[in-house]
Amino acid sequence: MTATTLPPARAGSPRATRRRTAFGRRHALTILGFLAPAIVFVCWFTYFPMLQGVHMAFRDWNLWDLTATPWVGLANFATILSDPVFPVVAGNTVVWVVGSIVPQLVIGFLVALGLWRRFRFRALYQALVFYPWAVSGFLVGMLFRWMFNAEFGVVNDLLMKAGAIEAPLPWLAEPRLAMVAVIVANVWYGVTFFAIMILAALQSVPDEVLEAAAIDGAGTVRRLFSIVVPYIWTTLALTVLLRAIWTFNSPEIIYAMTAGGPAGRTHIVTTWMIEFTQQGSYGLASAIGLVVMVVLFVFCAFYLMAMRRVNQR
Amino acid sequence: MTMRVARVTGLALWLVITLFPLYWVVVTSFKSPGSINRWPLEYWPSEPSTGNYTELFATSSFGTFIGNSLVVALTAGATATLIALLSAYVLARFEFRGKGAVLGAFLLTQMIPAFIALGPLYAMLSDLGLVDTKPGLALVYVAMCIPFSTVMLRGFFENMPDALEEAAMIDGCSRLGALFRVLVPVMAPGIVAAFIFNFVNCWNELFLSVVLMNSDANKTIPAALNGFISTFNIAWGPMSAAAVLTILPTMVLFALASRWIVEGLTAGSVKE
Repeated sequence: MTATTLPPARAGSPRATRRRTAFGRRHALTILGFLAPAIVFVCWFTYFPMLQGVHMAFRDWNLWDLTATPWVGLANFATILSDPVFPVVAGNTVVWVVGSIVPQLVIGFLVALGLWRRFRFRALYQALVFYPWAVSGFLVGMLFRWMFNAEFGVVNDLLMKAGAIEAPLPWLAEPRLAMVAVIVANVWYGVTFFAIMILAALQSVPDEVLEAAAIDGAGTVRRLFSIVVPYIWTTLALTVLLRAIWTFNSPEIIYAMTAGGPAGRTHIVTTWMIEFTQQGSYGLASAIGLVVMVVLFVFCAFYLMAMRRVNQR
Repeated sequence: MTMRVARVTGLALWLVITLFPLYWVVVTSFKSPGSINRWPLEYWPSEPSTGNYTELFATSSFGTFIGNSLVVALTAGATATLIALLSAYVLARFEFRGKGAVLGAFLLTQMIPAFIALGPLYAMLSDLGLVDTKPGLALVYVAMCIPFSTVMLRGFFENMPDALEEAAMIDGCSRLGALFRVLVPVMAPGIVAAFIFNFVNCWNELFLSVVLMNSDANKTIPAALNGFISTFNIAWGPMSAAAVLTILPTMVLFALASRWIVEGLTAGSVKE
């Protein structure tokens, strides 16, 4: 394949051309052979079902009645967008993403700053705060569901001991409190990732620049905002983007803690999608998925454009 | 001086907050059944007992679930790592037309909500007679793990000098031989980290396992845990015991490989 796409040799001798083609063909075979298993797997078990899923968004596809799955055009989208739950879900998704990412970024940044300079037990410390990563979102949700339990939850007990509340709060039964609880769990879960990415970026800031600034009389805070932040800006911005996409797409914690309840008031788009899947309405679920994809795509485009503009400044 | 105090207290505070949920689930799992739902809450079990663990294994086939999870995560994790090793090598070493497209397609899989593929995947595996079988779930997991581990391993390959396999090939090794005899041994820590990452992802995956695995003989841990919470009243004692047993192996693996996982994750994104 690659052999045929190589530019024609302009003035080379026939021998040189032949050698180059043989070389290219051998490489093309290596490239194809080595890539084939990965491509086959990803196409077969990811892209193929995904495209079928996209197709389903335009059909009346219900698991309980597969005798007819007629083409319904944009009807599924109309059903979704006119559902009275939709504005609540959309609002919750924004609250969930922003409410999770901002504290994760701030706390992650602080933890990374704390770990920046070496100290005696740094390796041990890192190993200890690393573990949330090994836990699934679903189990994190379960742990926090138990801690936020209204009757025997440790959160209520600690808050009452600290004098912050008088009586136990029904954390997961009241919509606003439930939203707070799921976001607290997600912030706890995500700080590690930010801390690790930011720490790696911090370690790439050259010492000389910081020393020079210190000699010129810049204080700690000044050095942080005038040198460190601009230096690691790209990593910060990309980490935020990655996590925003990931948070948008991650229903596990909410699914485990409230399953979207009470009365659908903590649903985000993906948990809402799960509910339709559980009812067998795959057509409607796929329509939501497609809307999510388009929104994410537009968001990424704008985000990257804004990033480029800031970088040019 | 004040900076130092702030730094130490901050780090200590975050350590406590991070460890607290783990401490709490372990303590809960070792409380005697009667003392879990009782005020005042006990921050250390007054009558330590392994009752919740015995009950977990007596009332469910949790041993089987652990075995199933092990089999699926080990085979899928290892297969995906091997396949990703080959694709990562090519993507790190060669320039060719369509390279950007392949990488882009891999990255895109990380952005699309997986549920959109759930229904069709079920139908497809059902046609192949692979629904509710361990090989079926493993196949899907291999595809799930390939993109990310390819990107991760590619970063490791890019840090290896070309000279390594060139020397081996001049000495008569084939490309595949050079890869496995020369590069793989040098990159072993990175490859182990990629495998552990895949293993943990398969071990933790929830929705595919819930949809694809129904029988007690074939269920993996996440599918089983999902069954536990579907009941109206969650039995928090055995549930905590199950959580501890699920978290423990992955926690140990991650702690062992943390250095290389961090390296693999940050290699691609932090460049000067």
